[in-house]
Order: sequence, then structure tokens, then C-alpha cells
Amino acid sequence: MQVLKKYRNPELIKPMLNEISELSQKLDEELKLMEVCGTHTMAISKYGLRSLLPKNIKLLSGPGCPVCVTSQQEIDEMIALSKMPEVIVTTFGDMIKVPGSNSSLEKEKSRGADIRIVYSPLAAVEIAKENPEKIVVFLAVGFETTIPVIAAALEEAIEEGIDNFKLFVAHKLIPPALEALLNDNEVKIDGLICPGHVSIMIGSKAYEEVVNRYDLPAIVAGFEPLDILDGVKGALKQKVEAQVEVEDKVKAKVENRYGRVVKDEGNQIAQDLIRRLYQVVDTAWRGIGIIPNSGLELRDEYAEYEIRNVIDLDVGDSNEPQGCSCGEILKGIKLPYDCQLFGDVCNPQHPVGPCMVSSEGSCAAYYKYDRR
Amino acid sequence: MEEILLSHGSGGKLTQNLIDEIFIKELDNEILRSKNDAAILDLEGERLAFTTDSFVINPIFFPGGNIGELAVCGTVNDLATSGAIPKYLSLSLIIEEGLPITELKQVIKSVSETAKKAGVKIVTGDTKVVAKGEADKLYINTTGVGSLSTKLNISADRAKPGDMILVNGNLGEHGIAVLSERKGLEFETIVKSDTAPLSGLVSDILEVTDQVKVLRDPTRGGLATTLNEIAEASQVGIKLQEDKLPISETVEAASQMLGLDPLYLANEGKLIVIVPEEEVEDVLEAMQKSEYGVKSAIIGQVTADEPGRVVLENNFGASRVLDMLTGEMLPRIC
Amino acid sequence: MCLAVPAEVIAIDGKHAVVDLNGNRTEVGIKLVPDVEVGEYLLIHAGYAINKIDAQEAKERIELLEEFYAGLEEIS
Repeated sequence: MQVLKKYRNPELIKPMLNEISELSQKLDEELKLMEVCGTHTMAISKYGLRSLLPKNIKLLSGPGCPVCVTSQQEIDEMIALSKMPEVIVTTFGDMIKVPGSNSSLEKEKSRGADIRIVYSPLAAVEIAKENPEKIVVFLAVGFETTIPVIAAALEEAIEEGIDNFKLFVAHKLIPPALEALLNDNEVKIDGLICPGHVSIMIGSKAYEEVVNRYDLPAIVAGFEPLDILDGVKGALKQKVEAQVEVEDKVKAKVENRYGRVVKDEGNQIAQDLIRRLYQVVDTAWRGIGIIPNSGLELRDEYAEYEIRNVIDLDVGDSNEPQGCSCGEILKGIKLPYDCQLFGDVCNPQHPVGPCMVSSEGSCAAYYKYDRR
Repeated sequence: MEEILLSHGSGGKLTQNLIDEIFIKELDNEILRSKNDAAILDLEGERLAFTTDSFVINPIFFPGGNIGELAVCGTVNDLATSGAIPKYLSLSLIIEEGLPITELKQVIKSVSETAKKAGVKIVTGDTKVVAKGEADKLYINTTGVGSLSTKLNISADRAKPGDMILVNGNLGEHGIAVLSERKGLEFETIVKSDTAPLSGLVSDILEVTDQVKVLRDPTRGGLATTLNEIAEASQVGIKLQEDKLPISETVEAASQMLGLDPLYLANEGKLIVIVPEEEVEDVLEAMQKSEYGVKSAIIGQVTADEPGRVVLENNFGASRVLDMLTGEMLPRIC
Repeated sequence: MCLAVPAEVIAIDGKHAVVDLNGNRTEVGIKLVPDVEVGEYLLIHAGYAINKIDAQEAKERIELLEEFYAGLEEIS
């Protein structure tokens, strides 16, 4: 699609940067925007956008990487699972290096565990079909974008009668996390850049409640440099307008600036599918703690497809790594540089916390692109 | 307990650690220490380049090539990048029980054809067969020697600020071609491996100048990793222009789909050339005329700032650090 | 999170479609985006189409920006 290339056109990016720069001079105080999407984090670093923005606009990276927020307990359980001879673990590449308390899937693989990296859960279903004598478990991590994709693959497996295909459900939901973040008094955020692909599924309307309650702009943005800058511009504009002292103060609103794929109502089929298979539960986010109604579990009629209902994975209590600031980094209270472990102790070769493990984790992105 | 992980073999930082902390530490000598792709030997006044490489690739047949072609090109290219004319190769095979003879024949036929193209002879060899499951179909080791003119001084530590950096064509094609065949990722692609012997291209370059500073083939770890090695060895900075990097739309799209960066994908027929600024136009012209250099381009320049660092500048004025590959390249979706 | 890439529909077979991404072809699930047609563009995530790409909208947005910034240039 040729038109998409124009979203990287320097002839549009440069004037938009100028416009942002001019607008930013009207700001009374620093504008802190948070994106909650690892792909945004990576794109911002990859395109060097942080260095091009005015000094009084700060981009913070929130808990936008599903691997980063998977609890240590769950990682230890996945590792324990991979050691079982009757099990084939299938996973997205992202999970493979995440350190558990004492090991990682990568290490277990080198010791002989049958762990296979797939691009799609459909490939995992294929593996289950080819290995009927084994239990094939797919590590179901991900936010609203990935949840319906894995759910669709599970449904296809069920329809085809492949009953050795199981999930390890560790999904997380974005709006409850936003709510929890904004509720934390330590967290100072003036606006949200909303995750473009999560928004395809849940719709831009899904942010209205948060926006109304906390009166801060939320802009749904895409992933090309122009998309991201357009998102920043949108939040900036709202902020500047809201500064004006008038009686009818302008309320913050949700803006959808990724209209080529995101609609207000989202993808109804995906939403129905999630409701059909899952029920909402409280779940623990690494570094943040338990967030009410931010996780999913399979409904009773599908419970047999959750591996933890089939195999007992008792790994005891897991501890989060010592000295790691991932929690505060995810909340935007600290920057990766502010962590005492960043660089020498914690780096992509020897990641301590999950923000360094995933290549789109905040710390990995900072280490890779902004370490200057 | 520390143990070997796949990442130790990926050509990135962990591989470097193994080399420094185990191999050089135990085996240290002045030739090994130079860490070039080929050792330069002085045998009673004759200069020789000497190198060895092992090939373990799954699948052994991939779009645009196979393990046999790769085994010849890999070693020929390591010789050629020292400026040598590759002459003789050895060929050692470790074969897994059960490999169809027809597949072996096909591989050896490729070895023969590629050797002819590269102007080398296979002069000695060895065969071992191991039980099923103890190897993956076929492993090949090739060792090669080449003769080296005394005029040349080509080495990764010779880049100086002001020198220009060229590459001979599209990046990441081998990496994508091989990934497209990998279990769990299967997709069809028009991308073919760029596997090619570079000895002809190198001799075409050396015909127009004897001032070449650095020649390297960016294989595992891709362009980014090899440039980091050069920046480190020469203690210089390297600045690349993102829009000058030759990357096909197809490789770009496949990389996006798999969440990979084409600058870290393996190449098997690519050459990084670093020459003084005054030589660059002649070298570019010579490269573009050569069979494996039609799409050659100037991609950046050596700088004095930030020694040891590779920086990529984009066409709207931002720059970012291109680090070495850390760990294995894994497809990701998140 | 959530990498997704645009791809053109080449063929459709029930729950799956073959899509092309600039010379790469792969089969994707279309359960979440039914009624796709050959020639349409989809956004692909982890082997599934997650939505159609509205080509008209993509074009209009860019044209709007192009006009706006061209206008600014004239003023200055």
C-alpha cells in the first residue's frame, strides 16, 4: 500500500515537528505523555523522535509490553512446565529470554526442553496436530490485540477436535491498568498516547471513562513516525487549549488519529469471542502488583484448555529481582537511566528485570537506541 | 552454573565474550589476537591468508542456495576480505545417519560449481558419519588458504576518520531466505539467499586501488554487528545514512512481520568496503561493474566522534545508536 | 505491544486467506475479519487479520496534512 510510505515522509515530518515546537512554547509547564504500547516505545526510539521533540515534552513508556508485566510466579511456572517430558511448550519469541527466579526458557531449551518458537498460535495448533502423544501448550501472553488471535486459534483447535492443545493464559487488559496507574498519586501524567493495535480491538471509545475521570487527553495513534508525532500534537493541542482560564473550561477528550484501522466501537467479533471464552479476573502485574479486573481466565466450559487445570505446577513463592526498578519505570516515575542496575549490571545480555528482556521493553529500547 | 546457549553462537556479544575470555585467553598469540576473519601468515617471505569455518544450517537447502555453496563461499569470502586471492580449500563432512545420498550428491555438486566460480580447488577432505539424532543432517567444515600481495594492508583496525563506507548490495536477504523455511514461521518469499563468492569483487576493487583499509563480510549478526566490530577495532565512530542503506521492500516487509531489524540479519554475499574518501568514487564504479556489486552504494563515513560506536542518521534529522547484536535473533510479535 | 503489518489479500479459503506483504506470502486466519475480498488490505498480527485498512482514510489523512503544510509554507 503505497500511501502508507508517506507516513515516513521527511517533508511532512519536519513541518509537523516545527508545529509541535511552536505549540510547545505556549505550555505553562512540562508536558508528560505516556505511551502504553511497547511497539510505540520501540518506534519512538528507532526513529529517534525523543531527541527531536522540544525539551518541555517528555515521552514516558508505561506498561506496554506484555512480557514485561508477566509476573515472576507465572514465568517460573512456564519454566517448570517446559521441563516436563510429556509437554511441548510453544511460544512467541518474546518470552524465551525472560529470566525466572533461577532459569529461563532459553536455558531450559539448551538443556533439552522441547520449546518451540512460533510466529502464530496457528503454528502451535499444527504442532499439536503433529504430536498427538504430547501435550502442546501455547504461552498465551499479550494484551487485547493478541487475546482474540489466540482465542481464535483455540476455537479452531477445538473445532478440529485437537484436544492436546492447551493454553497457559497470562493475558492482561489495558484499560484497567491505565485506571490503576492514574490512581497512583506518585504517577504524574498529563496525557496518554493510546496503543493503536489494542485500540483496533477495544475501540477508541474504551478510553472515554478514564479520560472523563482524570481529565487528561488520550490520543489513539499509529506507529509510523508521522502517526506518533500526530499523537503528540493532538495531546499538546488539547493541553494548550485547556490552559486558557475561562468559565467553560474545555474538557479533555479521546481523539482517534489512527482512523485507517481503528474505529470507535472496535472489533465486535473479537470482543464477542473474548467474552465467549473468557471471564475477567484480578491479576498480578510485575512491578505493579495486583490490578483488579485486569486479567482473564477461561470460562468453566473451556477450563480443560488451561494447562494449569490439567497439570499441577507448584513452584512455591517467587521473588522479584533485587534492586530492579522495573515497577517504577513502568509507572513512569523513573527513567531507565535512574535505575541503579541499568547498564553495567542489567543489560540485554544479562537482563535482570523484564523491561530489559523484551527488545521492546523500556530499558532495552533505551539501552539499544538512546545510550549516548 | 553457566552453560553454552545458542546465543553464544549467534556472532554477537556472547560470541565475542567466548573468544576473548576462553579462546584468546588460552591460545593467545600475535596472529590470533588481531581477530581478523583470516590469519595472515608469513612463510619464508610468502604471505598467506589462512582461515576456517564450520557450517551448520537448518534447512540445508534454502531459497537461493544450500549448505555446500555456503561452505565454499563462507571460507572464500573470509580469505577475500583479507585481500587474498583464495587458492585451496579443504572439505570435511559430518553426516547424520539417514541423509539421502541424492541430497549429499546435490550438495557436493554445489560445492564443485561454487569452487569453480570462486577460482579455488578442493584439495583434501574428511568424512565422518554419526548416529541418527547426534547431528542435524549435515555439518561442513572448510579451511582455506590464499596468497596475499605484500602491498596490501587490509584489517579491521585500519579505519580512519574521513574514510568512506560502501556495501555491495541489498542487506538481509540470506537471513530472510533461511527464516522463511524455518519450522513454525513458514512463509513464502521471493527473497533468495545472497550466497556468493566475493573473490572476484575484491579483485575488481583492488585493481583500481591498493588503498583499501577494511574489507569485511557481514555474515551472522548482520551489517550492524560487523560495523561495531570495525568501530571497536579501529577506535573510530561510524555514521550511517539510513536512506542510503540498500534494503529491498520484500526484506523490509518480512522483517517487519517477524519483528526483526534487517541490519542484524545474516548476509552471505555482502562486502563492507572502507576506503579513503579520495578513492571512493573509483571504488564505487568498479564495484557497480562487478557481477556481485551492481547495487553497490556508499552508506556512510568514519568519524572521530564517539569511538567504538555506530550511529544511524535518518532523513528527518534524528540519529540512534546501532548496537551489536545481543543474543539470538528471535521473531517476536509483541 | 503488538506488531502488526499491512498485507494484501491474494486468495481466500474459508477461515483462512493468503496474503502478500511486498513479495512475502503467508496464510492468515480471517476469523476476526470476515467478508474480506481479494485485493483488500488487512492488518496482520501473529498470523491473523485484525482489521481491514481503510485505504481512503489513509489517503485522506495524508492529503490533509500535505495541504495544511503546503499552505503554511506559502504563508511563510
